[in-house]
Amino acid sequence: MSAAFASSRTNGSEVVKELAFFAVIALLMSVMLLGVETVDRPTGLELAVRWDLVLIAIGATVIGRLGLIFRRENISRLGQAVLITLSAVAVFEMFVRFRELDDRWVSPVVLDMAFGSVVSTIVGIAFVAIIFATAYFTMKDKTAADVDESAKLSSKIQLAYRSNTKKIGLIGIIFFIIFPFIFGEDRSAIDLATLVMIYIMLGWGLNIVVGLAGLLDLGYVAFYAVGAYSYALLSQNFDLSFWLCLPLAGIFAASFGIILGFPVLRLRGDYLAIVTLGFGEIIRVVLINWYDLTGGPDGISSIERPSFFGMADFSRRVPDGAIGFNELFGMEYSSMHRLIFLYYLILVLALVTNFVTLRLRKLPIGRAWEALREDEIACRSLGINPTNTKLSAFAIGAMFGGFAGAFFATRQGFISPESFTFLESAVILAIVVLGGMGSQIGVVLAAIVMIGFPEMFRELAEYRMLIFGAGIVAIMLWRPRGLLSFRDPTILLNMSQKEKVAGEVK
Amino acid sequence: MTDNKLLEVEHLTMRFGGLVAIDDLSFNANKREITAIIGPNGAGKTTVFNCLTGFYVPTEGRLTLHADDGPRLLERTEGFRIPRNKGVARTFQNIRLFTGMTVLENLIVAQHNRLMEASAFSLAGLFNLGKYAKAEKEAVEKAEFWLEKVGLYAQADWNAGNLPYGSQRRLEIARAMCTDPSLLCLDEPAAGLNPRESAELNVLLQSIRDDQGVGCLLIEHDMSVVMQISDHVIVLDYGKKIADGNPEAVKNDPAVIRAYLGEEEDDELPPEVAADLHLDPKAQ
Repeated sequence: MSAAFASSRTNGSEVVKELAFFAVIALLMSVMLLGVETVDRPTGLELAVRWDLVLIAIGATVIGRLGLIFRRENISRLGQAVLITLSAVAVFEMFVRFRELDDRWVSPVVLDMAFGSVVSTIVGIAFVAIIFATAYFTMKDKTAADVDESAKLSSKIQLAYRSNTKKIGLIGIIFFIIFPFIFGEDRSAIDLATLVMIYIMLGWGLNIVVGLAGLLDLGYVAFYAVGAYSYALLSQNFDLSFWLCLPLAGIFAASFGIILGFPVLRLRGDYLAIVTLGFGEIIRVVLINWYDLTGGPDGISSIERPSFFGMADFSRRVPDGAIGFNELFGMEYSSMHRLIFLYYLILVLALVTNFVTLRLRKLPIGRAWEALREDEIACRSLGINPTNTKLSAFAIGAMFGGFAGAFFATRQGFISPESFTFLESAVILAIVVLGGMGSQIGVVLAAIVMIGFPEMFRELAEYRMLIFGAGIVAIMLWRPRGLLSFRDPTILLNMSQKEKVAGEVK
Repeated sequence: MTDNKLLEVEHLTMRFGGLVAIDDLSFNANKREITAIIGPNGAGKTTVFNCLTGFYVPTEGRLTLHADDGPRLLERTEGFRIPRNKGVARTFQNIRLFTGMTVLENLIVAQHNRLMEASAFSLAGLFNLGKYAKAEKEAVEKAEFWLEKVGLYAQADWNAGNLPYGSQRRLEIARAMCTDPSLLCLDEPAAGLNPRESAELNVLLQSIRDDQGVGCLLIEHDMSVVMQISDHVIVLDYGKKIADGNPEAVKNDPAVIRAYLGEEEDDELPPEVAADLHLDPKAQ
């Protein structure tokens, strides 16, 4: 088969044509993005042209494409590995120049960098070697046996994951519980973990609406906002404690879920998404403009921090009549105590969300949600009330969003409408979709990928967004239905979970 | 025989804009009987079902279900309430299973309302209180009964979408029966089945009638099914009833033959046109 393939596309003119085509594409794409730059001169803004970048971009594309042609036609292993490595080095050179260099026609920076110090030489050689080795060893005549082998491996992994979901979940929970003991002194690690945990909780909450009931909700952040403002306003105006406001915030958010649910009951798919998006924006616009109540764009500041279940306080200077957390347990005062307490609080809230969702899935209401997602008409013919079923999904999803919002308000101590933009909804929805609709562990992975990684690699500046984008594209290519998109049955009659999965992956 | 009436359809008319899909249709279906509705394509059969099961609100007419607890007016009941409390269950012409869920789950979803009550709208269920656990066990038992009955016990944990076509048809019937209906409406249950499968279907439907005591309303084009198992046949054409009686009588009814096979050309043409045609030999 590869011979027939090769003969049709390896004659010289075809290859030249293909390379020219990619060179033109590279030129079109790079000329505006890389080739032109605005420079602030004393005479005003001027356009500077950077042909070096455009040339390198075109060069990298052509060399890389030639390498791919070699690879496709199984020509020369060594040749294609060299070409792909060259192309990767050229791309690297392009980025370094783009960021660091204003002078145009100097010798390649890559060389300067590679021989700058021993460390950079080693790093450089390692970089080249890795790309070379990857390119060299992944090119192989794929036989049917190989394909079979890799399919077998992936089904083995799937089988192992799906028949041990509970254990994997348990390991995850234990990891998150001991996390503060490992990173106890690292303020930024705890902060980041708390942030990720908020998104995990929001993802799990939205998973009820999107993953189980199949209602595409683009305005989930509205409920998050309702929860946050409920707590902030109740605490400031009525002096209620966090522990009393938490359930109230959930109830308020749930009622907003029902209010949103009613008008959109008849809508589905795209139409539902647009209306929920509108609802999210309405809440935000109301928060901005209702100055008397919400403080408008100024937001609400100095929101009360949570106490240790009303028994002790975390502040350095404890108010009269209260005792400090450190006094209660006879420890030195540390500002980390509050952070770790907040971390455990959101961990518990998130786990409650998770367990309630897992339990609801096995109850008639959860099965009705899934049935509604599959076929609404069949549900009606079986006596399921679609209105109530949809509203309950909206309300319960919104309630968990409200809890997360109240937590967000007490953690930040300051909220403003800026925290509740459409982008937040999009991120939460992306977490659910990337994780695999309906998969609880998938949401955790996706939240770490979406929130954790960009924060962790903040030093890499712009590159992290580039890598992030590449990661999303990779997920779309290889796991278009989400990282872990498997549905586990809620009840089995005469098979074990393992047998069921084994039957499915085959 | 009046006390044996299960469903009474009186002067049912359904108009979609200018189109009259059903025109002043009246018929009865009896308890413990299979009533077949037949007719050429577009005769309005499925529309009758959609009116009965609350998907359409009839333009005119009265639909009375004589359930055990007294008569119910179906045209005034909200669609999703019709199947409740021994009401009307149905299957669909194009199968509508929950394909991503397992066979067993399909049958348990059908018992939603009873389970929902037992779980106290999820509160008792959340903590798995005794009453809910018992109700769920009963639901599984009922599902098992029907799985045995339709011969799908071994496939109980398969995803419904992976079943072969004939099994999907049987599963849809089992699912409808899990709602405990007093009237079962079957929309072309034998469509796409091979002769052996349709013979099995006959046995299943007869058992539903005789053992469960459920009345069936059947839309079917497969005459081997209709003639063998139905007690009573109603023929529709262009939304009107053209025949009503036992299978033998209906089979020989000239109006029915005309509806299915058409008339001799001469009879159909207006006399003056026919006369013209006879004058002009080329037109013949």
